[in-house]
Amino acid sequence: MTVTDERSTAAGPEVGRSRLRKEDQRLITGRTRWTDNIVLPGMLHAAMVRSPFAHANIRSIETEVAEQAPGVITVVTGADVKDTQGAVATAWPITTDQKTPDHLPIAIERVACAGEIVAVVVARTAAEARDAAELVDVDYEELPAILDGREAAEDAVLAHPSLGTNTSAVWRLDSAESGTGGNVEEEIAKARTDGIVIEREYRQQRLIPSFMEPRSTVVDPTGEQVTVWTSTQVPHLLRFLIAATTGMSESKIRVIAPDVGGGFGGKLQTTAEEFATLAAARRVGKPVKYTETRSESLVSGHHGRDQYQRLTLAASKDGTVTALKVDLIANLGAYVGLVGGGTPVLGAWMFNGIYKFKAYQFNLRTVLTNTTWVDAYRGAGRPEATFAIERIMDELAAELGADPLEIRERNWITHEEFPFASVAGMTYDSGNYEAATARAKELFDYDGLRREQQERRDRKDPVQLGIGVSTFTEMCGLAPSRVLGSLNYGAGGWEHASIRMLPTGKVEVITGTSPHGQGHETAWSQIAADRLGVPFEDIEVLHGDTQIAPRGLDTYGSRSLVVGGEAVVRAADKVVEKAKLVAAHLLEANAEDLDFSGGRFTVKGTDQGIGITEVAAAQFTSHNLAEGMESGIDADATFDPVTFSFPHGTHLCAMEVDTETGGTRMRRYVAVDDIGQVVNPLIVQGQVHGGLVQGIAQALWEEAVFDEQGTLVTGSFVDYTLPTAADTISFLTDNTTSPSTTNTLGTKGVGEAGCIASTPAVVNAIVDALRPLGIDDVRMPCTPERVWTAIQSAGASAGGEVSGGAQPHFDEDAPNQDGPEPGAAEAGQKGADQ
Amino acid sequence: MTRINVRVDGVTYTDEVEPRTLLVHYLREQLGKTGTVVGCDTSNCGACTVHLDGRSVKSCNVLALQADGHEVTTIEGLATDGRLHPMQQAFHECHALQCGYCTPGMIMQAIDVLNENPKPSEQEIREGLEGNLCRCTGYHNIVKAVQQVAGTGEGERA
Repeated sequence: MTVTDERSTAAGPEVGRSRLRKEDQRLITGRTRWTDNIVLPGMLHAAMVRSPFAHANIRSIETEVAEQAPGVITVVTGADVKDTQGAVATAWPITTDQKTPDHLPIAIERVACAGEIVAVVVARTAAEARDAAELVDVDYEELPAILDGREAAEDAVLAHPSLGTNTSAVWRLDSAESGTGGNVEEEIAKARTDGIVIEREYRQQRLIPSFMEPRSTVVDPTGEQVTVWTSTQVPHLLRFLIAATTGMSESKIRVIAPDVGGGFGGKLQTTAEEFATLAAARRVGKPVKYTETRSESLVSGHHGRDQYQRLTLAASKDGTVTALKVDLIANLGAYVGLVGGGTPVLGAWMFNGIYKFKAYQFNLRTVLTNTTWVDAYRGAGRPEATFAIERIMDELAAELGADPLEIRERNWITHEEFPFASVAGMTYDSGNYEAATARAKELFDYDGLRREQQERRDRKDPVQLGIGVSTFTEMCGLAPSRVLGSLNYGAGGWEHASIRMLPTGKVEVITGTSPHGQGHETAWSQIAADRLGVPFEDIEVLHGDTQIAPRGLDTYGSRSLVVGGEAVVRAADKVVEKAKLVAAHLLEANAEDLDFSGGRFTVKGTDQGIGITEVAAAQFTSHNLAEGMESGIDADATFDPVTFSFPHGTHLCAMEVDTETGGTRMRRYVAVDDIGQVVNPLIVQGQVHGGLVQGIAQALWEEAVFDEQGTLVTGSFVDYTLPTAADTISFLTDNTTSPSTTNTLGTKGVGEAGCIASTPAVVNAIVDALRPLGIDDVRMPCTPERVWTAIQSAGASAGGEVSGGAQPHFDEDAPNQDGPEPGAAEAGQKGADQ
Repeated sequence: MTRINVRVDGVTYTDEVEPRTLLVHYLREQLGKTGTVVGCDTSNCGACTVHLDGRSVKSCNVLALQADGHEVTTIEGLATDGRLHPMQQAFHECHALQCGYCTPGMIMQAIDVLNENPKPSEQEIREGLEGNLCRCTGYHNIVKAVQQVAGTGEGERA
């Protein structure tokens, strides 16, 4: 029962080939090792008692009744483990005076958001634990809760009263101060008198990562070491932070990420649940498993996005952009997550996009609220920034009555200008926006769809067509350690690889990255196969276990290939260098006289040679090594990039909008991404497809909503509406290639691209369809109800408190310009009749 | 506790179950059929989809008791004589999975879609899979895999 791969016999280099994945065999046959599948002798089960209140003091916790319930071993409260439970840490305090409230895994005196753990029930079965959790009686004193980020900034109600403010940090990037550009206020003032100033406020709604595998943790404290299996993206960071916050010796902790069912940033965290399970297992001295329900996952796994974005864009009269000022409020929720405070900071270098601004300023205020904590979600800071700049570039085009692609082309960096120093202080390595855009237009039939759009407008078709553009860039490859250090980040950004040449000719590649669906086992095999000249099939990629892969910084931020893949290259090159010395001795030649190609060392000008796997066998026996030579050709390498890589792309989206119902339908979506050298086109396309749908889902369907009490209303998949196969379409995708200059493979990273680019493309398309009605924004998610309401209140800006924004194309004769009477059936009917 | 007789992946089991036990928990916890997974608690995600007497069901939505006297096929019983089911092979060839968590349920449902309608249109495939959530693939390659098995793939427009 093996998967067959007819492509495996094709000749030529592995890198660039659509290899079918090595990972698939076990996944399609159900032979998986999800954490929840793990069963250990004597294993007990935990259930969490969680706060139903967004903000409350804990007066008392009554556990006796629960402890008498059948099968219950114990109930653990925060007070029981106050000296050993550790803490949920922040790795990135973005300023030295950042307010970072203590985040205990099991709350002791106070809860600051609904879903916080207040006690852990340990029982023989999961069902018994959950039954008994209902019997734990917690006496809460409810406190006023603050939920909204913008309201929180006013400090009327405090999320953490002892901090005295809701503002966690204020962070700023200014091109004049940093010497990377001009003075933003001067440029804006100039444009106010003799140019164009566009001011907008956009809302990045709160999202929930919604990986398909609920988080699960098994802790076995019975051995000499404590072993933690957990559904995480970051086993290495977790091991470090368990040691750093509990006082356990790092060498006594082994963390294993077995099969992990998706993450999207949602598992880039050391969680309260992991620490609570660890505390419970250590207390009872037996293995304990905790697996969350989906409802628990949605309220207690961290959320993403949630920003208010205020933008001021200045341009000259011909549409050449001059300045961009960004004022951002980012809602961090109740606590500052692992990289939660820093996530919006990552947007600081991205709001300027691919455009040549003279002056730029980014002002960020992070605020604490009594909501689920917010941290990285696919793209992490970059989708938010890309959305804002790509939306406002469309507004500039509308202001000038120009095609949005023309306005972009007038302002973007041309391919001759790379490497390009951006106004935000980043150096873009390579790119060709012209090529990607030309290819996208061709695939999309841009001119044809524009014609159809005009025809529909002319005949006042109730179903209008909108075309959305997104010409995005992003920064990938987190990250240069030196840069992270300058940003006060608590770790480095290097990645590690080891290669072990086994005597049987097989090769083990050990990587510090920790994949959870990305296909590293396949891609890393391709890289190593080319470098070592050994068959793809003979390579085994090992990862996700701190005992097997002791050095690593894990998988997030589109870093694995760019940083971790390059580490594999360097380790392989070291193996070849070591093997060359052994080969030279065996061939009785000088090392300088040897060539290495296709896995074989040959003596120049002769037919003498030896394979690298034969060398591996020879060093295993070590019967015939040169005098004084150390046995072994295995090698380690650590790669730390000098700078980020900057993938980019042009995405085009056509949306049909029914002006009578507010319903929307995607007609066509084209994504042309330039991600540098592609290792495996099949995997790359898959990453793009999945990213697209997550970004489209933000535009159209998903939003985490709390009621006034701070209860998550979208607390199950009934209400948090992930897209299904029936909601989506097949995509047209392609690549252009500008190799990165930051690593020898020329790769840039693709994991987040689709998700970053697609959201503004979709919203731009919807707004484009409605612009003749005087509509310049629809707040996400653009549900039929919101689109319909925008149409009903057409003429007023749908974006709420958006200032400025003349509407030169506002057509007085256009339909649906009744007064703003959302919900008025008569008005709706009237609109529909026209 | 109640006694049930169930045939799962070709093996007959007689077991005592609590009346409230869901079929998926019986499969996972009592039979060790961990290939079938749980993804939600509201019957939305379809990760736990199995076949009950040849028709797809969400096994979180069926009591173990209701399977008494019936035949269950899980992802683990799909390959026969060491050979993958064509739908498993197509998921592999079309890169229709990434993390793989939804895959068992998605494959079981995809087979059911074709049992119902051997030559579905793309839209019919999409509607047939509507009850199964995937967060990784954007469904693009899953639809392609089903088309490949049905022999209705139109290839990518380009």
